Amino acid sequence: MCNSELRSFQQRLPEFEARGIRVVGISVDPPDVNERQSQKLGYTFPLLSDPKAKVIRRYDVLHPGAGPKGADIARPAEFLLDSNGIVRWVNLTQNIAVRARPEQLLQAFSELQPAGQ
Amino acid sequence: MKRRWNWPIWAGFVVVVAGLFSYGFFARFPITRDFPLANLLLFGIGIALLLLGLFRAFGRPQIYRGKILGSIFAAIGVLVVALFSYEIFYVLRQVPASAGAPRIGQKAPDFLLLDQSGKPVGLGDLLSNSKGVALIFYRGFW
Repeated sequence: MCNSELRSFQQRLPEFEARGIRVVGISVDPPDVNERQSQKLGYTFPLLSDPKAKVIRRYDVLHPGAGPKGADIARPAEFLLDSNGIVRWVNLTQNIAVRARPEQLLQAFSELQPAGQ
Repeated sequence: MKRRWNWPIWAGFVVVVAGLFSYGFFARFPITRDFPLANLLLFGIGIALLLLGLFRAFGRPQIYRGKILGSIFAAIGVLVVALFSYEIFYVLRQVPASAGAPRIGQKAPDFLLLDQSGKPVGLGDLLSNSKGVALIFYRGFW
């Protein structure tokens, strides 16, 4: 399921790049796992590693005990920041199977731009 | 007299099992992932066939076989559907509320993390020379 979300963003990545939006994934997985998965699944955007969930905690998107062997992992969550680092759109799902779709972020981003600009 | 093969109990069981194991496939597409319609449809067809088989087995036992096997398959089928529903409609919805997550209009907390090549990437790096940043927190590949 995680794969289906990241894959959907990879498929639409050119549209994010064309708009100057950087896409990054964040999870507790270590860099070597992220490297292996990126190679295998063809992800070209950064997958950032937060093994102690420090950043995940800072964003309050921790899902305690939900990982393998009761490990703390991130819950699915998506944020769209503007160029000043201000949150302009956020998706905090209440169902692990339901994730943000790339078109939602692209739509939210297009609504940030004043008309004609 | 040899009784006839009660095919709906076999077909129903196979369809229910297919409904369970096809979840991994249908979860790859947002439309069948957000709501598992395809799987529920297969369960519905499978259970209907199982019921048809049971009606035949118990209604006309002199013609059709499958009283015992049909009952076992139907019980397993109902169990599979119940466990699937519990997982999809209860377990997957036990997500923390994240009341303290950054809200619209707030500045996103800074971070510095290693990417897949071991290179440190900070929020500042992502924001420089970009018009926006999409942060996708995900559960992981395990």
